[in-house]
Amino acid sequence: MKRRQSVLAVLARNRPATLGASLLLVIVTVSLLAPLLPLHDPNATDLANRLLRPSLLSGNPLGTDHLGRDLLARLIWGIRLSLAVGIFASIIAAVSGSALGIFAGFFGGRVDNLLMRGVDMLMAFPYILLALTIVAVLGPGLLNALYAVAIVNIPFFARNIRGATVAVIRREFVDAARLSGMNNRRIITVEILPNVAPVIVVAMSTTIGWMILETAGLSFLGLGSQPPQADLGSMLGEGRKLLITAPHASIVPGAMIFIIVIAVNLLGDGIRDILDPRLRAGTLSRPAPLTHVRRESIPEPQSGYLLEVQNLHTHFIASGRVDKAVNGVDIEINAGQCLGIIGESGSGKSVTALSLLGLAPSPPAVITAGGVRLEGEELLSANFSRLRSIRGKKIAYVFQNPLATLHPLTTVGAQISEAIRCHRPVSKHSAWAEAVNLLNQVQIPNAAARARNYPHEMSGGMCQRVSIAMALANSPQLIIADEPTTALDVTVQAQIISLLSRLRHQQNMTLIFVTHDFGILAQLCDRVAVMYAGRIVENGSTEEILANPAHPYTARLIECAPRLGKGRRVLTSISGLPPAGDQLPAGCAFASCCDRSTERCRRGDIKTRPVAATHSVRCLYPLGCAP
Amino acid sequence: MRRYVLKRFLAVVPVLLGLTLIVFLIMALIPGDPATAILGSYATAENVEKINRSLGLDKPLAQQYLIWLSNILQGDFGRSYSLNRPVLDEVLDRFSATLILSGAAFLLCSLWGVLIGIWTAARQYGWTDRILTVAALTGISVPSFWLGLLAILAFSVHLRWLPASGMFAVYGGGGMVDLLKHLILPATTLSVVATGVIARLTRSAMLEILRQDFICAARAKGLPEHRVLYLHAFKAALVTVIPVLGVQAGFVLGGAVYIETVFQWPGVGLMLVQAISKRDILLIQGGVVIVAVCYVMINLMADIAQHWLDPRVKT
Repeated sequence: MKRRQSVLAVLARNRPATLGASLLLVIVTVSLLAPLLPLHDPNATDLANRLLRPSLLSGNPLGTDHLGRDLLARLIWGIRLSLAVGIFASIIAAVSGSALGIFAGFFGGRVDNLLMRGVDMLMAFPYILLALTIVAVLGPGLLNALYAVAIVNIPFFARNIRGATVAVIRREFVDAARLSGMNNRRIITVEILPNVAPVIVVAMSTTIGWMILETAGLSFLGLGSQPPQADLGSMLGEGRKLLITAPHASIVPGAMIFIIVIAVNLLGDGIRDILDPRLRAGTLSRPAPLTHVRRESIPEPQSGYLLEVQNLHTHFIASGRVDKAVNGVDIEINAGQCLGIIGESGSGKSVTALSLLGLAPSPPAVITAGGVRLEGEELLSANFSRLRSIRGKKIAYVFQNPLATLHPLTTVGAQISEAIRCHRPVSKHSAWAEAVNLLNQVQIPNAAARARNYPHEMSGGMCQRVSIAMALANSPQLIIADEPTTALDVTVQAQIISLLSRLRHQQNMTLIFVTHDFGILAQLCDRVAVMYAGRIVENGSTEEILANPAHPYTARLIECAPRLGKGRRVLTSISGLPPAGDQLPAGCAFASCCDRSTERCRRGDIKTRPVAATHSVRCLYPLGCAP
Repeated sequence: MRRYVLKRFLAVVPVLLGLTLIVFLIMALIPGDPATAILGSYATAENVEKINRSLGLDKPLAQQYLIWLSNILQGDFGRSYSLNRPVLDEVLDRFSATLILSGAAFLLCSLWGVLIGIWTAARQYGWTDRILTVAALTGISVPSFWLGLLAILAFSVHLRWLPASGMFAVYGGGGMVDLLKHLILPATTLSVVATGVIARLTRSAMLEILRQDFICAARAKGLPEHRVLYLHAFKAALVTVIPVLGVQAGFVLGGAVYIETVFQWPGVGLMLVQAISKRDILLIQGGVVIVAVCYVMINLMADIAQHWLDPRVKT
């Protein structure tokens, strides 16, 4: 009951759905009250008053038809008929289609095969044609039109409900029910039916509007309701014969069909959004090409670093909640350096990396403060075309999951050539040659042939090499590698790291390496920035930090890393979870997990302080220092 | 690829057999006696038997089906009694008119549907998105036969821009220009519903794709946004859009029934409606079989196109 209430509540918040529901409610109420309303007799002819135009003052507000019958009365009685036919047709289709679908899905095997082949055959006809054929056989008449429309929709229900049933049957509770000795009938009614019910409702909400349209269409062709009985479709069909002399006789019933169907579809869309998570995902936002920037001031440049990030704030703002994913990050890096950014999942390290070139997904991401400078040029205020000329040309990315970041339907060679040609005016042919050359550089054997492969034809490690080749394509000044080895297995990880390390020294590459693994970091990076809850809590040279971590969090993080040949060590874990980005405490975010914390840690902002020449920490009681 | 095409073609054979069987069975189920229906008041016992024998109706059902099947495979769909003309000749004449109409409508709906879908997905929640999303909803909800009547009232009766009915002008008609003038209203009307469906599904497919990692990666490469949208995202979305186009092709073929009636377009749809009212069973049979076979072929092409586009589907 609670769930049903909440569904209704969600539906009420969906404005189009509410509009559709209220429209339908009015229409249904009026048509149900038809016998009680002060209407003319819908079938009373009055030849003296034929084809009267609509006029509010006369006794026939919508005018009369070719036999002088009152159109308003006929319209309201017609709505009754059309709605009834549409609803009954969809109930028949839903019940028989669902029964077939559950039956086929539940029993599987040959029954399933036979039923589904039959359904396929029926689906080989265009819908309307099949309905027409069935009416041709049964003969014209409203009831026959109803059957025809219902039968035509059975395959759609059968197929959808079968799919849902098969999915339910694979779940454990059905096995449990079977083991507890329930018979098939009880399993179907108790376990399966309630679970496929949402699918049935969704299928009904998609088809009912169509069924109303379709029965109206058959009546319009003269194959549905027969005179003197008239649904909206046959009213339209009759009116059509006098289209030019009395257009209102066609416009009015057609408009009514349209209003009913649009109301049904509005409501149906709302129901679908709630019940079908797959479709709901489709209504979620898609990221804009550029992260939104809403900041009050641009920080002044400090000095001649290659890349300088100052006080960067990237927040995720959605439905009133503000998740402070990046909450004041400063990074400086000089040409030729390799900086490692380390932190656990959700610490904001990837969002930091993506924010530099406006790639953090907006909505919901918004950069609310701070600045990013490449060789002194402010990037966050650059226009899109300027930023685009930097993306991939001056700063290139390597992402975490290579299979997901390469286009699935394009050969890797074409993807690398595209990266080249997008920044340099070279011919297709020479871009391809360059792409093969790059693949050679990242040690892909038989590069010329591999360039013609699609990503799914390569292993994860190979795909990551392709991504690295693509990042190298325009000899960028800086490469940002965002957990490039996390999705790979350990031996491949090692190969990729040694490749990056070799490329780095060969080409004097500047690298920002985002990771959660201290082991990798130690192999590759000169400097380390440790991130926690959206801020950098410690920053220094790799040796210095590994040898003398100053922040209690860093120390724990290093202890967490398993070390080769030291299996007998007890792995300490970090007790407690990092605070969620929308509930950051005042003061140090690590305070509640830290055994050195005091009241002071929970009060006010904590500044970074130097502990050595190249080493600073954001802590009041750093390790190895007097408090 | 070649093997896949061959395999798909072979898989179509049982579908076609099943389809003809369904048509045959439906027709065989007609209540009452076709001979009586054909003969009307001339239905003496002797005449009925003669007709039954000439139609092969005195044989068992299975045998009747096989005879019928082998006949239609040789192009013999029988003779339409209402037109007194071979069914195949009539159907083929009419079918070319239907193909022109639904082909034009299909071009319109795939072009506009896809463009509107991409456009709205790219500008999600902007005002163009809102307007076009409402337009797409309107499109799928409007009765096409009513829309056709409105179009006639507006463009033929009031503005007198375009002809209201037929395929060619009765006097001095013929030629491409005349055909196009007659085609504009019915083809546009026929395309409206399918445009709405395609636009809505393209939009949701695009939104799904635009949230994926490879789009972010494409942007990180520095590609211009139109390339990201129309090449990278749309290429991936096409895999979902192509089957939708296949289904809509069937919808346009079938929906032609209404539009041909409204605009008196001399196609299969109009023929079928007339044949139903005259109970000309062989004509109905022939028309339905031809259109359904055409629909199966269209879906076969959609399958092959999807396979060609998506190298991941290896079968």
